[in-house]
Amino acid sequence: MSVLIILIGVSILVAGGFLIAFIWSVKNGQFDDDYTPSVRMLFDDQPPKENKTSLKPKQK
Amino acid sequence: MEELIIKETGTKPRKKTALQCHHCGEVCDKSIFADEKYFCCEGCQFVYQLLQENGLCNYYDLSKTPGIKVKGKFSSSRFAYLDNEEVKRKLLRFKDDQQCNISFYLPQMHCASCIWLLENLHTIQPGIIFSKTNFSRKEIFIAFDPAETSLRKVVELLAYTGYEPYISLKEGEVKKAKKINRTKLFKIGIAGFCFSNIMMLSFPEYFSSGNINQPYLEKVFNYLNLALSLPVFFYSASEFFISAWKGLQQKWLNIDAPIALAILITFCRSVFEILTGTGAGYLDSMSGIVFFMLIGRWFQDKTYDSFSFDRDYKSYFPLGVTIIKNGKEETSTINALLKEDIILVRHNEMIPADAIIIKGEGNIDYSFVSGENTPVLKRKGELIYAGGKQMGGSLEMQVVNPVEQSYITQLWNNTAVINEQKNKAKSFIHPWSRYFTVILFTIAATAALFWAFNDTSKILPAVTASLIVACPCSLLLSATFTFGNMLRHFGKNKFYLKNSSVIEAISAINTIVLDKTGTLTHSSRANVKYEGKQLTNEEMSFIYSLVKESVHPLSIIIKQYLLEENLLISLPVEFFSEKAGKGIEGKIKDHFIKMGSWQFVNEDETMNEMTGSGLVFLSINNKYKGVFRISNQYREGVEEMLKKLVPKKFDLHILSGDNDAEKENLQSVLGEKSKLSFFQSPQDKLNYIKNLKRIDTNKKVMMLGDGLNDTGALQASDVGIAVSENTSQFTPACDAILDSNEVQKLPQFISYAKAGKRIITASFIISIAYNIVGLGFAVQALLSPVVAAVLMPVSSISIVIFVTIAASVFAKKRRL
Repeated sequence: MSVLIILIGVSILVAGGFLIAFIWSVKNGQFDDDYTPSVRMLFDDQPPKENKTSLKPKQK
Repeated sequence: MEELIIKETGTKPRKKTALQCHHCGEVCDKSIFADEKYFCCEGCQFVYQLLQENGLCNYYDLSKTPGIKVKGKFSSSRFAYLDNEEVKRKLLRFKDDQQCNISFYLPQMHCASCIWLLENLHTIQPGIIFSKTNFSRKEIFIAFDPAETSLRKVVELLAYTGYEPYISLKEGEVKKAKKINRTKLFKIGIAGFCFSNIMMLSFPEYFSSGNINQPYLEKVFNYLNLALSLPVFFYSASEFFISAWKGLQQKWLNIDAPIALAILITFCRSVFEILTGTGAGYLDSMSGIVFFMLIGRWFQDKTYDSFSFDRDYKSYFPLGVTIIKNGKEETSTINALLKEDIILVRHNEMIPADAIIIKGEGNIDYSFVSGENTPVLKRKGELIYAGGKQMGGSLEMQVVNPVEQSYITQLWNNTAVINEQKNKAKSFIHPWSRYFTVILFTIAATAALFWAFNDTSKILPAVTASLIVACPCSLLLSATFTFGNMLRHFGKNKFYLKNSSVIEAISAINTIVLDKTGTLTHSSRANVKYEGKQLTNEEMSFIYSLVKESVHPLSIIIKQYLLEENLLISLPVEFFSEKAGKGIEGKIKDHFIKMGSWQFVNEDETMNEMTGSGLVFLSINNKYKGVFRISNQYREGVEEMLKKLVPKKFDLHILSGDNDAEKENLQSVLGEKSKLSFFQSPQDKLNYIKNLKRIDTNKKVMMLGDGLNDTGALQASDVGIAVSENTSQFTPACDAILDSNEVQKLPQFISYAKAGKRIITASFIISIAYNIVGLGFAVQALLSPVVAAVLMPVSSISIVIFVTIAASVFAKKRRL
């Protein structure tokens, strides 16, 4: 039956992984806005224009 | 005089013949166009061209006429204060040489197009690194490169495209504290994780009814459970303990007290059982209770992020002000304003403090303070109260009272005290929870007494089990879920409540006070009737061109009225002049047109029977043509609403800052008992409510108002409802915001709030039934962890389902 101990340890580790993922996503602000992302994903990417900055955030 | 054209503007859907501005959708003529698209004003056209140059015309494809009309032109120095270092320091969230971060509140954000444009700002201004919107909060986060652009330029771009950010004194002060609170989500997540794992580890216990073959396994399970329950007890449940403790300190047994007690006893008994090896404890029930209750609270508290219900005067005032010192203009923050400072107020700027005009002619729009939107003429030497908006040229003024002591601020501070008392009003759930606690202790004591005579070893199990199983969590859950659901049903009908305690306050209302202008009537629409000689299309174009030049509210109404069904051309106006309080005149194509009061139009000083507000006379080439009669238009369904309220024994009052022209009409609708008062100042309105409550302390007053002039009254009443034409606009501090198109639903809202109380009472009875079953086991000292683990979620979930369905059914019944 000692295999049970190992299995329980593994299951708690897996569940703990999900908990950490949840905490990370909350910290990351993924639950702050539940509307805008749903609209944002429907926008077409614009063709990058010449002499203009590209759409990506500039890295400096 | 023959009556030729009678029509109403506004109420009917716009006729197809009316041309709409491609940008903002307002009716317009054909005078301004680009790319075969027509615009109502140059502002809209410029924005269109700006977007087109940058390849952003997708803006117009995502939604129809998404633009926001920019009212008036910005003077170049309007945002000059944003160059002030102190202001910058207050506003910027982050600053270094490469990047500055800032968040703005943009009340105008309203559709997908807005999101799209605002997130593509970097294509227009390369200095902007990126921008991100949060639509539900109506916020934008902008990161820009201070080397390439400046805060002022970013704000100017936003204002230019119609999204003028809301920058105020309050924003600058509290910005750092204003952060999305995520602790609730952390608490729920952790409680959920621990609860499900404890549940899983408790399964062997449930099925073997306490006899696991391997004793060491049982021990491992129990100690694991104990470890998992620690974060629940110490972190997730902490708010119940804190709230209960605060209540006890004020000698008040609040609803959290029995919950905290139940959690504490469950935890202590479980720890004791596990450490002594006598049992498995009730840790699964405890973490479950915490998890469900946290969800309930989160559900109830999730209110409307984009609305602000607690605005004080500070949110209305601008952040910066221009001071003239030694002949030079300097920008300064409003807090630094001292008595006798000389300030410069430009067109469309708000006067930040009570001040005397020393240079220039004031044309002050007090709509913000009084609700009356006709500008008032003020001359040199006259005192102007803070809160007015200057329309026209620049003014130099000397400050008489600093911001904190101005008239409008005083009005606000008067009501602050009342407001504190209002927040202390106790929910009807609290007495319930108190009875509950008392009865519970009686039962536990009786059980203890019984076992003392029969079997002393069962005293402790029976007493602790009673306290564990009789947790009032279903009481609390029923209230939180009912109110949470009702808030959503109200929200669907565009009635946005500040929090759930407002529902209870509404259910107790017996007196309703209504503001007239803007609440019962449309503030921007009016009935227009033309009486007189028929006008040709050309003549209408003349009138249209003339009124277009004026910003007077009556001119705007006539302009809308003319455009509604006619295609008119705008013609150049020569010698245009506007005489405050009299009228406007001008020369168009050699025709001399005059509009305004009878005396002005006919150059006749004798009084005429046809005077009064809302009459605009017209003459062309000094020949009298006719009159536009403009009257308040009641909102749709308002009359029926009032008629519905009268027989329901509500004490109805009407307060109006306006004249009493409508008195007889209203009295006939409302019946003899209702009281009507006219010519009320903001202070009068506040005193009226205070008096009502003083004379009869049983009166629970609901006040409906629209403007800042009602602020005092809204605060003094038990339920202050701000009626707003555009809920994205600023509303005075209040308990609820109601979309003006839904005013007629008021009787349904009240009856729904009352139904809410009945739903909660019913669910209390159900939860008491569950408690009786649980206590039945407990007092016999038979409560096994299985019974507790089954009873707890079943009772909670069934009550949640019951209240959710009941709230929806009652809403449907009332067509909400």
